[in-house]
Amino acid sequence: MAEVTMRVWRGDASGGDFENYTVTQNEGEVVLDVIHRIQATEAPDLACRWNCKAGKCGSCAAEINGKPRLMCMTRMDDLPEGTVTVTPMKTFPIIRDLVTDVSFNFAMAERVPALLPPPMPEDGYRMFQEDVERGQEFRKCIECFMCQDVCHVIRDHEENKQYYAGPRFFIRYAELEMHPLDQNDRREYVREEMGLGYCNITKCCTEVCPEHIKITDNAIIPLKERVVDAHYDPVAWLGRKIGRRTKRTAAEAGVQPAP
Amino acid sequence: MTTSPYEHHEYDVLIIGAGGAGLRAAIEAKQRGLSVGIVTKSLLGKAHTVMAEGGMAAAMGNVSSEDNWRVHFRDTMRGGKMLNNYRMAELHAKESPDRVRELEQWGALFDRTKDGRILQRDFGGHRYARLAHVGDRTGLELIRTLQQKVVSMGTDVYMECKVLQLVHDESGRVAGAVAYWRPTGEFVTFAAKSVVLASGGVGKSWKFTSNSWESTGDGHAMALWAGAELIDMECIQFHPTGMVWPLSVRGLLVTEGVRGDGGVLRNSDGERFMFNYVADMFRAETAESEEEGDRWYEDHNAGRRPPELLPRDEVARAINTEVKAGRGSPHGGVYLDIGTRRSAEYIRRRLPSMYHQFMELAGVDITREAMEIGPTCHYIMGGVKVDADTAATKVAGLYAAGEVAGGMHGANRLGGNSLSDLVVFGRRAGMAASDYVEGGSGPSGFDWGEVESAVSRALAPFENENGENPYDIQRDLQEMMQANVGIIRTGDEIEFAINELETFTERVKNISVKGGRAYNPGWNLATDLPSMLTVSKCTSRGARERKESRGGHTREDFPKASAEYGTFNLAHTIAGGAWDGEITTERSPLLTMPDELKALLEEGK
Amino acid sequence: MAAIESATKVELGGLRGGPDVPTLREDRWWLQPVITVSILTAFVVYSTWAAFQNQNYYVGAAAHRDLISPFYSPCLTTTCVPGSGSGFAIHGWGLSPALIILIFPLGFRLTCYYYRRSYYRAFWWSPPACAVADGHGSYSGETKFPLIMHNAHRYFFFAGLVFNVLLTYDAIRAFHQPGLGWGVTVGTVVLVINAVLLWSYSLTCHACRHLCGGGVKNFSQHKARYRTWKFLSRYNSKHMNFAWASLIFVALTDVYVRLVASGALTDYKLF
Ligand SMILES: Cc1cc2nc3c(=O)[nH]c(=O)nc-3n(C[C@H](O)[C@H](O)[C@H](O)COP(=O)(O)OP(=O)(O)OC[C@H]3O[C@@H](n4cnc5c(N)ncnc54)[C@H](O)[C@@H]3O)c2cc1C
Ligand code: SF4
Ligand code: SF4
Ligand code: FES
Ligand code: FES
Repeated sequence: MAEVTMRVWRGDASGGDFENYTVTQNEGEVVLDVIHRIQATEAPDLACRWNCKAGKCGSCAAEINGKPRLMCMTRMDDLPEGTVTVTPMKTFPIIRDLVTDVSFNFAMAERVPALLPPPMPEDGYRMFQEDVERGQEFRKCIECFMCQDVCHVIRDHEENKQYYAGPRFFIRYAELEMHPLDQNDRREYVREEMGLGYCNITKCCTEVCPEHIKITDNAIIPLKERVVDAHYDPVAWLGRKIGRRTKRTAAEAGVQPAP
Repeated sequence: MTTSPYEHHEYDVLIIGAGGAGLRAAIEAKQRGLSVGIVTKSLLGKAHTVMAEGGMAAAMGNVSSEDNWRVHFRDTMRGGKMLNNYRMAELHAKESPDRVRELEQWGALFDRTKDGRILQRDFGGHRYARLAHVGDRTGLELIRTLQQKVVSMGTDVYMECKVLQLVHDESGRVAGAVAYWRPTGEFVTFAAKSVVLASGGVGKSWKFTSNSWESTGDGHAMALWAGAELIDMECIQFHPTGMVWPLSVRGLLVTEGVRGDGGVLRNSDGERFMFNYVADMFRAETAESEEEGDRWYEDHNAGRRPPELLPRDEVARAINTEVKAGRGSPHGGVYLDIGTRRSAEYIRRRLPSMYHQFMELAGVDITREAMEIGPTCHYIMGGVKVDADTAATKVAGLYAAGEVAGGMHGANRLGGNSLSDLVVFGRRAGMAASDYVEGGSGPSGFDWGEVESAVSRALAPFENENGENPYDIQRDLQEMMQANVGIIRTGDEIEFAINELETFTERVKNISVKGGRAYNPGWNLATDLPSMLTVSKCTSRGARERKESRGGHTREDFPKASAEYGTFNLAHTIAGGAWDGEITTERSPLLTMPDELKALLEEGK
Repeated sequence: MAAIESATKVELGGLRGGPDVPTLREDRWWLQPVITVSILTAFVVYSTWAAFQNQNYYVGAAAHRDLISPFYSPCLTTTCVPGSGSGFAIHGWGLSPALIILIFPLGFRLTCYYYRRSYYRAFWWSPPACAVADGHGSYSGETKFPLIMHNAHRYFFFAGLVFNVLLTYDAIRAFHQPGLGWGVTVGTVVLVINAVLLWSYSLTCHACRHLCGGGVKNFSQHKARYRTWKFLSRYNSKHMNFAWASLIFVALTDVYVRLVASGALTDYKLF
């Protein structure tokens, strides 16, 4: 048992400041345990989100010593000695203390044109492990939104939020574009309306992802290459002019209803 | 209708809970073209369902072609110690394959067999490899798929909005609910023609639990207050394998998939003790020696299944006995070993999140070291009494599905049967609620009196100056329930708990909360405590009345199952709807099973 | 359509929590950018100098060697040192022949996904490190000229392949010692390693991974492309390592040839 000083940001949209709490810390504890101890003793109204306490639900994202982390998966004894600083995610508007308004992400989720599969045969679809494994990597996402938080495109440039889906949704688009059954084409849409071009592949999203999803290498770059196929590559463009149409406009691609 | 002093919304179907059951119900009602609102205490996609690991059971026969709904039905009934609502078990066994397959239409990506079908894995109590899965994150796949479907259909979702109480019309039909926004603390009312409860479990009333803060039994309690019956509340599943160390993660689940994939249990003497605990009912289908059990992993026809894969209640009791006999691990559990039995690569591929969880939280590398595990409160079999085909409760317009509904799992649930339960009965609840709305038998008013009393009760802790801290009450309640109505129970302890719960009721009436209403977890907890108490009371009373041991209910003073008690459920009702009102507990006879289903149960006994 | 209701709606300019400082990180986040800036600057300075030298880039028959610096191959002007020419000669080019060709490898690396990451961080500060504030007021990413040209990366990749073939040819030529027959010298080894690293760098390229198989939806129906993709993916994760190794080594190769050509060093014969 040891004592630790926690420097926690407290406040809401009207402003706030750090407050220091000195609390006991037991062997094997994570940051969330210590935050809970503060709640149960000194500050019952200290706001934070959590559900599973096992890195599975993605509720407890905050910034620990300046970096986005899951509070439930950050062990106290892995942090450097001394005061531990905990702040809310910076990119999203504050609700209170460590809780932010992540509705930006849900708004982006709404805009995703759904999977468009062919009708299902009686005994289910046939897909093979090699067909699904790329998508499965992206479906590990627990929606902690830390990649969205760290992405400088919106972290440092609020105005870009209007037309930028962010890494969480780039992996969603990549998943759908790589889905063996999907018949939609969202390539023009991610370029035109979802701001894929704003990402400069600086890889911070990959660095913070608690699920270790290779967001940049396996989703964003392949998506950018697909956009090149659909839009920039003159050879592909010529091919389309001559024959097979491989590309649709965003509007066409976006309105396809799911079954 | 009078105008609401609060934010007010109207829907055809209101769904309380955004776990697997609630989302599946929403899809159904939305597909009918009805207006649907979903309310959830946390953010969309964070409900308990997201934590499910092992898989969802459906007799598709993709791996073992012998499998079919009849075997699944039989396994479910036997696992449930025959206390199940047979009709639910039957519908579940018949419909779950279709419900699993349809998920792929909406984007789910299950692991595959060599010939491109959905892969299925072995789990405790299931005769054949039956669990469709995605590594060890099946619940995530399920909730994300349903969530994405619901969002693409343009459904209204009220996130971080806690329902306090259901509201009736003057003739006692359900007419909606009253809730508050957690971010602002403002109240909101929902008028709805029908309501589907899908609010999940109750595990937060125990100290060592795999459940999150949300599992406070709100739905169970609200249904009871609204006039519905709760059954089987004494049947609580203690999952045999929860983490026991570090203390801060005590109770966190270790998926049964570890055992399905080759992990075995040992005591401090290194003995595979489960061989000493095979009940007669399961002897015929359980391996007799370690060699036979190991052969089974290689080829299911070469041996019978190892005793580690017996139903959860059996395994949890065995572990409890070993620890009590002094053969436990240093932190009071036993050892679960897969590292010496499977290659590191295999473990990391099959059980990635378990590997992760132990590595990061306990500093244990499960590919080399054994895990220390012990029983943890996991699931409540009991719940709102519903009609099997329609998920309808006793209260007109109120439906219940998922963990909040009772009957499907009897006295003990088999692993993997919950996720399939969610989609089978979530869909049925959605259909029946829609039928009810379309049939025009909706409510004729909205009782604002009920709203006002719920609101003033919720706000009371702010008026109270020198009351108690809700966290203290919660902690004491959890310790009390763990100690007295835990995995092994005796008459005296239960009696003690029932008395204690009255004291807790008084303490809850004397809570004070600090701070404002906006995102105040202390206040949020204060509003959860009445449900936790109500549920604990029903559990304790059921435990007192059921003088036998059966499934998730073990009485030290009545260690055997009794034929007499196997014929009824214990049903609880509350008079007058007050949260602290007197609870009545009565015997409610089981449905009689048709002969052809009875015959199935006899087979291969 | 608006579906998800929440107490607080998405609006721009919502007030954020936490202190208003560029970063709260206290670890050495600046170390990476400093290293990147150092190495890249050193490379650019050296290669510019070397490219303008217009001498000492070839060791020829007089020394019983056939070693050409990668900066000068293929040598395309009439002014090329005898023996170093490629057979195709441009007339009237007064400057160093290196300046004609370097645009291609330069373009390849400039548009490389990995280098983009590195120089955006280290030179452009957008962002200098994760969770450290961007150095610019406004930001349009790669949506406008000139950065939109990065979408042409696959063409530079193709050009890179042509260069790899030529440099491989140079490496094979380096086994030939005019007047002495075939053998291996330190210079041969240097040129071979250089070619291998360049191939490794090119084949682990993301555009390559996409074109070879990544673009396919149904791997089970394209088995060969799936296997290729799988193979490339395994090494694609090492693209960064190959990017640095090949960059540094190509400069060292030029240094070596330059030293030998200027007579400061003799190219040691191994066998
Ligand atoms: C760690 C773990 C692993 C598991 N593994 C498996 C497995 O492998 N296979 C399997 O079949 N089962 C498994 N289970 C069990 C299964 O996950 C749950 O029983 C199931 O997910 C319950 O789903 P549900 O839809 O009924 O409710 P939940 O998913 O619990 O959702 C409840 C919803 O109701 C909302 N809610 C509750 N109260 C209120 C209120 N007052 N107001 C508003 N909203 C409210 C919550 O916010 C939430 O959205 C596991 C459980 C756990 C804890
Ligand atoms: S790689 Fe792209 S999406 Fe990821 S953090 Fe950087 S800019 Fe954002
Ligand atoms: S991709 Fe990773 S970081 Fe982003 S939301 Fe998903 S889990 Fe979190
Ligand atoms: S609480 Fe679920 S991820 Fe931390
Ligand atoms: S060369 Fe680096 S990505 Fe193409």
